[in-house]
Amino acid sequence: MDRNAIAFWFGAVLFLVIALVMTGLIRNEYPFFAGYVILQFIVLAVAWSILGGYAGYVNFGTNAFFGVGVYTAVFLAKAFDAPLAVQIATAAIVGSLLGLGIGLLTLRMRGIFFSIATIALAIIIETSITNWRYVGGAAGIQLQRPPVTVPFDSYVKMLFFVQALLVVVAVSTARAILNSRIGRGLHALRDDELAAECTGVPTLRLKLLACVISGALMSAAGAPAAMYLQFANPDSAFNLNYSVSVLAMALIGGTAHWIGPVLGAIILGATQQLLAVTISSEVNVLVLGVMLVLFVVGAPKGILGFFRRAPVHAGKRA
Amino acid sequence: MFSVDLLRDAVVLGVLLGCFYAAVSVGLSISFGLLDVPQVAHPAFLVLASYGVYLLNDQYDIDPLVAGAIITPLFFLLGFVAYRLYYETFERRGSDAGVRGIAFFFGIAFIIEVLIILQFGVDQRSVTAPYIGKAWRVANMRIPIRQLVAFAVALTLTVSLVAYLSKTFMGRAIRAVAQDEEGLRLMGANPVRIKQFAFGIATAVLGIAGALLIVVAPVEPTLDRVYIGRSFCVVVMAGLGSITGTLIAAIILGVAETIVLTMFGASWAPAISFALLLGVLAVRPQGLLGR
Repeated sequence: MDRNAIAFWFGAVLFLVIALVMTGLIRNEYPFFAGYVILQFIVLAVAWSILGGYAGYVNFGTNAFFGVGVYTAVFLAKAFDAPLAVQIATAAIVGSLLGLGIGLLTLRMRGIFFSIATIALAIIIETSITNWRYVGGAAGIQLQRPPVTVPFDSYVKMLFFVQALLVVVAVSTARAILNSRIGRGLHALRDDELAAECTGVPTLRLKLLACVISGALMSAAGAPAAMYLQFANPDSAFNLNYSVSVLAMALIGGTAHWIGPVLGAIILGATQQLLAVTISSEVNVLVLGVMLVLFVVGAPKGILGFFRRAPVHAGKRA
Repeated sequence: MFSVDLLRDAVVLGVLLGCFYAAVSVGLSISFGLLDVPQVAHPAFLVLASYGVYLLNDQYDIDPLVAGAIITPLFFLLGFVAYRLYYETFERRGSDAGVRGIAFFFGIAFIIEVLIILQFGVDQRSVTAPYIGKAWRVANMRIPIRQLVAFAVALTLTVSLVAYLSKTFMGRAIRAVAQDEEGLRLMGANPVRIKQFAFGIATAVLGIAGALLIVVAPVEPTLDRVYIGRSFCVVVMAGLGSITGTLIAAIILGVAETIVLTMFGASWAPAISFALLLGVLAVRPQGLLGR
């Protein structure tokens, strides 16, 4: 381990300790309720950037993975009363399989075709869930939270900590990829897929791997949402807003480094929470759209671009 | 439950619906198919046009189709400006236009959607006209007149666009710019100006298409999300840039949707266009009449 890695893991542990201490100290549940959403978006944005940022494949199916995570949890909770950890782990597995499926189906597509294919899959999965009576169909399903386990005094606080754990998992995965041969390979295929293929980069395997990892993380992030809301319906679980929010967060932060989507998710997520409470959820979406367009036009490299003049190389130690 | 009569009805209604889908998608066939602009905001512009028609119909009692014709020049300008913006920020710089271009149009679509919600609310809106609400009975079939009107207008619109692109000077220039931009530049023409004009046409068509959309059924602000699937399905299935293909593909989609609707119910309807689209992308990515 070099100094960078030690600093990173120290930061990660510190983050978790602070999150845990906060759940003990602060009595009001609201900060955790809002914080959970921001943490959830950090996981989604970081996971998105593994495929969208490093490999340059714009996935609009974030909502598909998220919704599949939600409904895996719903199914397990209803059928087997499975504990939260099992729900998240299974969601990750199902998400990775879905990622593999999407990867295999869309291997030959690039650019907008890939993006539209991912929207298509999201709608098809949503329609199937809508027609699946067992998990509530179009009307949705109410869920009962199980009793909370010891160190936490409320379920929301526990979910907050669980999502904080997922953030650490997602960020460390993204960081590991960025610093490895995989990251360099993905970067190469983003810049020029044909050239990468010709110089012996296994583009096919790398793309599939990126789809699988990204999908697993997104579905895992979605799984606790069922218990967080105590309710799930296809319309909200598969809402296109997730896809656009996550895309906006990653692009606003910058996708060249893992810190970009984290920054984007914190800034945009916090703004959205604030606006939804103070003004309305419509204005919230408006701000999302305006910020997305402004950053895409004015700051192509996102917030990261303001700090670094030269393009960041994937191979550089993070 | 299933009979030959039902199938016949589904096919007839499907063809009518299909021609309507062609009118809705034909603009995208120009902007995305011919000009390679990832116009994901196309359905959002379509819904915007419907609300424009609604406003004119509600306030001044103008016939929806006439209202559509009135807003068409405005939409031409809108397309003109939108392409200029896209060109200046993405095509000219040339870097990474794919990823950010899609994100750009998605952002625009979202902004339009929310502005409509803020202005009109989330309720469904519809227009009034003498031909809405009546039906034509023929051979045990009940065909709503609004569908027939939409069918006739849509067919005229699509056929005249085919004629425009193949017979007129400007239409040929548009097809030329799609085939060989560099060649056109060498001939002394300015490809950017032609593309800008073409994008204007592609958006102007939405004035009429938006009127048809609100004539056929009530509209709501988030209706554009379903039409992303339908319009891209039609354009990709047609083969990028083929207007004749657009008509054929749209009829296939229309018939497929009505058949599934009669057999399995409305809750499966949104998935059909996307499933067809995925099938086409996986099996025959160049479409029916690909260039």
